[in-house]
Amino acid sequence: MAILIIAEHDDRTLKSATLNAVTAAAQIGAELHLLVAGRDCRAAAGQAARIPGLAKVLLADDASLAQQLAEKVSPLVVELAKDYSHIVAPATTSGKNLLPRVAALLGVAQLSEVIGVESTDTFRRPIYAGNAIATVQSLDSVKVLTVRGSAFEPAPAEGGGTPIESIHFAGDAGDSARFVGEQVAVSERPELSSARIVVSGGRGLGSGESFALLERLADKLGAAVGASRAAVDAGFVPNDRQVGQTGKIVAPDLYIAVGISGAIQHLAGMKESKVIVAINKDEEAPIFQVADYGLVADLFEAIPELERKL
Amino acid sequence: MKILVTVKRVIDYNVKVRVKPDHSDVDLANVKMAMNPFCEIAVEEAVRLKEAGLATEILAVSVGPKACQEQIRTALALGADRGIHIETEDFPESLEVARLLAKVVEAERPELIITGKQSIDSDNNQTGQMLAALLDLPQGTFASALKLADGRVEVTREIDGGLQTLSLSLPAVVTTDLRLNEPRYASLPNIMKAKKKPLEVRTPAELGVQPRAHTRLLKVEAPAERKGGIKVASIDELVEKLKNEAKVI
Amino acid sequence: MPVGILGGLRRGSANPPYDYDNNKVFEEDRAMRESMEFDVVIVGAGPAGLSAACRLMQLAAEQERALEVCVVEKGSEVGAHILSGAVIEPRALDELFPDWKERGAPLNTPVSEDRLYLLKSAGQAIRLPDPLVPKTLHNQGNYVASLGNLVRWLGEQAEQLGVQIFPGFAAAEVLYREDGSVKGVATGDMGVAADGSRKDSFEPGIELHAKYTLFAEGCRGHLGQQLRRRFELERNADPQHYGLGIKELWDIDSARHQPGLVIHGSGWPLQGDASGGFFLYHAENNQVVVGLIVDLNYVNPWLSPFDEFQRMKHHPVLKHYLEGGKRVSYGARAIAKGGFNALPEMVFPGGLLIGCEAGTLNFAKIKGTHTAMKSGMLAAETVFEALVDGDEGGRALEAFDERFRASWLYEELYRSRNFGPALHRFGALGGGAFNFLEQSLFSGQLPITLRDRDEDHARLRPAADFSSIAYPKPDGLLSFDKLSSVFLSNTNHAENQPCHLVLKDAEVPVASNLPCYAEPAQRYCPAGVYEVSGDEREGWRFQVNAQNCLHCKTCDIKDPAQNIVWTTPEGGGGPNYPNM
Repeated sequence: MAILIIAEHDDRTLKSATLNAVTAAAQIGAELHLLVAGRDCRAAAGQAARIPGLAKVLLADDASLAQQLAEKVSPLVVELAKDYSHIVAPATTSGKNLLPRVAALLGVAQLSEVIGVESTDTFRRPIYAGNAIATVQSLDSVKVLTVRGSAFEPAPAEGGGTPIESIHFAGDAGDSARFVGEQVAVSERPELSSARIVVSGGRGLGSGESFALLERLADKLGAAVGASRAAVDAGFVPNDRQVGQTGKIVAPDLYIAVGISGAIQHLAGMKESKVIVAINKDEEAPIFQVADYGLVADLFEAIPELERKL
Repeated sequence: MKILVTVKRVIDYNVKVRVKPDHSDVDLANVKMAMNPFCEIAVEEAVRLKEAGLATEILAVSVGPKACQEQIRTALALGADRGIHIETEDFPESLEVARLLAKVVEAERPELIITGKQSIDSDNNQTGQMLAALLDLPQGTFASALKLADGRVEVTREIDGGLQTLSLSLPAVVTTDLRLNEPRYASLPNIMKAKKKPLEVRTPAELGVQPRAHTRLLKVEAPAERKGGIKVASIDELVEKLKNEAKVI
Repeated sequence: MPVGILGGLRRGSANPPYDYDNNKVFEEDRAMRESMEFDVVIVGAGPAGLSAACRLMQLAAEQERALEVCVVEKGSEVGAHILSGAVIEPRALDELFPDWKERGAPLNTPVSEDRLYLLKSAGQAIRLPDPLVPKTLHNQGNYVASLGNLVRWLGEQAEQLGVQIFPGFAAAEVLYREDGSVKGVATGDMGVAADGSRKDSFEPGIELHAKYTLFAEGCRGHLGQQLRRRFELERNADPQHYGLGIKELWDIDSARHQPGLVIHGSGWPLQGDASGGFFLYHAENNQVVVGLIVDLNYVNPWLSPFDEFQRMKHHPVLKHYLEGGKRVSYGARAIAKGGFNALPEMVFPGGLLIGCEAGTLNFAKIKGTHTAMKSGMLAAETVFEALVDGDEGGRALEAFDERFRASWLYEELYRSRNFGPALHRFGALGGGAFNFLEQSLFSGQLPITLRDRDEDHARLRPAADFSSIAYPKPDGLLSFDKLSSVFLSNTNHAENQPCHLVLKDAEVPVASNLPCYAEPAQRYCPAGVYEVSGDEREGWRFQVNAQNCLHCKTCDIKDPAQNIVWTTPEGGGGPNYPNM
């Protein structure tokens, strides 16, 4: 049987998380169908059709599917589910909102935040905030999974020519759940916990004023600014900036640790980052043991230079 | 208005979990347990609604072994009025918890159900959504604000890249995110009083549910330790690597 | 945010100077506080406090009297802050719960073998033949156990007997009646920000009033220190002496595991005037505990007990067991080992000091659990007798002294009175010989008493008198750095609360401790709480990482200027030790 992938999109554009989900689904190994459900979402479906390796793009375009409310999308997915062995969605807030609802209606379990595919029914997923990895076998007839994007390379976005198949779906027009509004984050800097790039400073910065150096670098990169507990304790920055065991856990694509020695509490908060860069003048600093790229340098020279050369 | 909140007993968030040497599971022997932090937020939100005069009764429900009654008592000390413990041998899977809760909801008829968005042990993020599905109720997940008006609840949700606001008819299921509120501390006199509040123990059989397994836990491992990479000699080299090798900028 | 010259100063300026003898509470705060009335309030859910609580309720049940007993505990749960070896002698437990086996007390590993080593150097050791081991160090009939788990069990027994236990609530303040007697304690306020302002979650402390209050905070209790001063409880006692115990729990190779094997020893790596001893006990489930107790009367400010412990594990005697194993947990706690000679008056108007709060540990046996429990039971019997007689509270229960003197506890502590002073006076070898003679041949009955009158903090000599100690780098297999160790203690304190480690004078660390003693707090603290950063040019900064604190109390004890006051942080803060 085939695998149904739920596309992440905003009707106009397909979101990149879809591409990671396609890779995960491909690893399970079966015919891949991608569902684009929304209102006036043909554009997104068109982009989906260009992903190589799909057998089919299903387009469900209906007024009831506007904003893709879980209450409205789940009956559609449940209706389609009988033809599929697996239903896969990215572990985004929309995927995590929708799939448990789908699973419950199907009377099956849902596996969250899958990071590894062992076989068609066995998957790896983090538990205890990533401090343990569970290998779990599904006993249900339909496997419903959300997959963590950072664990799977994105599939190519271009090169395919998949046929788009429109499916007729007349959803319930009831207003038990009604969309009121959306507020896209417009803060100058992204939020620490969701930023794609994080620049963090430690006690090596020596003062709160020096954080301005990091802020300039962060602005150039579109990054959030974090701090180690030592920097917070020293009073350089307020404690909502703290990354680490007792502060925020971050897992950005790029984490740049500046003047941070790498106390284990800090490492606990950022070691899931995809790429770690450490800049520290002490070459013995433990942060280098986890950094993909380490630079032994005086940060007061290195950071302005980095900012210039980006 | 009656509010039902769910509370789960989990490892205390301060405690570092350790994988058992035989990889069968994590080791929870003599480890400090506590109420799941997202459930604390759920309880707090319910108590605030009651204090604002918008709710009349708060019912705290927990599913799991006998020790879960400690967490129900904590919820009672924080301001819940009564508790229901659905006693099971182990912690059932999310769908089964949702099925048990659905039975309680059918009997108790709360107008608002608040659950944590996920528990910090299994990190599933499912039970609220599943409960809503089973009862055909609207859901407001990852709530960072909640407003009751005109017989509906308006929920501000933390979604990727921003906030979304939904209006839900009641009854509805809301799951809490971290920023919904800062939970209070249970005061000592309230802990004493909580010991006298009603706590009813039910079994799955009484509720007509036979929890079953949908998954099998094959193995639990510690995450792979991160290995150090390379040292670069200059900023130029660093920028080159980030652009062309790591492809993150 | 501007940065002060001193981390401590920044904190100091946010908090008014701490008046450690007169608890400063605003009148407004007092008015806000609720109070609750009990017959007996017990501070600290350790072996002494819980044994007292259990004994009180047993007596009340026997005589069919209603009794309200409450225990407050600063740890997040009963047992969370408990750390001990431990080899436990069940004598007091046998008396308290003769059926403890049926009740499931977690004493599952009887001691199977005792070994005593003198480590001569990094590679050499001599094992003392059994006949030369002092009688007090024989452990037949004792159990290797986790005191944390025993205390968790005791907590369950106490609750079943009707004791109200409140974990997560720190007794922050002693309350007095108008006549000066102790009226009870107040729990600390919750939800206070670092700058002293109230957060949304602010919850004022509660006054717990009692006819009698038993203080069982353990070694160097923060309220106990105040009571000692206020009631001059130490007027007839030698100064208390302390050790810092650092302990780790390991999973080891089952082939090297021998349940019930108990190893003690002394010598290397402690050198010169530094003394102490190590332990390695084989518990259940292929686990061993390993630890080092460093006597806090050491003179060299460069000494780092933590690093001594880390390098000690590389000695073949210990490495043999640990190699290939995995460290599971880490913790540290000061112990009061002055014994009989340092025992203060335990009785004062309205209450008693019990257990390690008073200093009932028997250093000759390196055991304090059975003595702490017994002291709690004796206190319970005394208090109960008074309450039965219609006592309304607030008196000094002199009857305790008679009970104490007639007990095996007194006899045991008396016999061991010279053990510590002998080691201090004659060194490990000479003292060891004295102890062997005294304990084994004369059973502690020699008519001499050795005294030891120097306070531990006063023993430090200037850093310039010594060369600094170059400790080996941890290898990540047997030895580890401080922060990865602290990580395993699961310690935490809610962010944004006032620093609970109070400097009486924020200038002292950099102005005098640093030039004279190279600020020893950096090294004696086993949790990396204290750091000095900066340099000559920019100036030095003393940083207090209070969130790391393990509540071991060493800073309160060893700071040469006696400038650091350990106070209670927000309840529930501190380590969360499993199985320690």
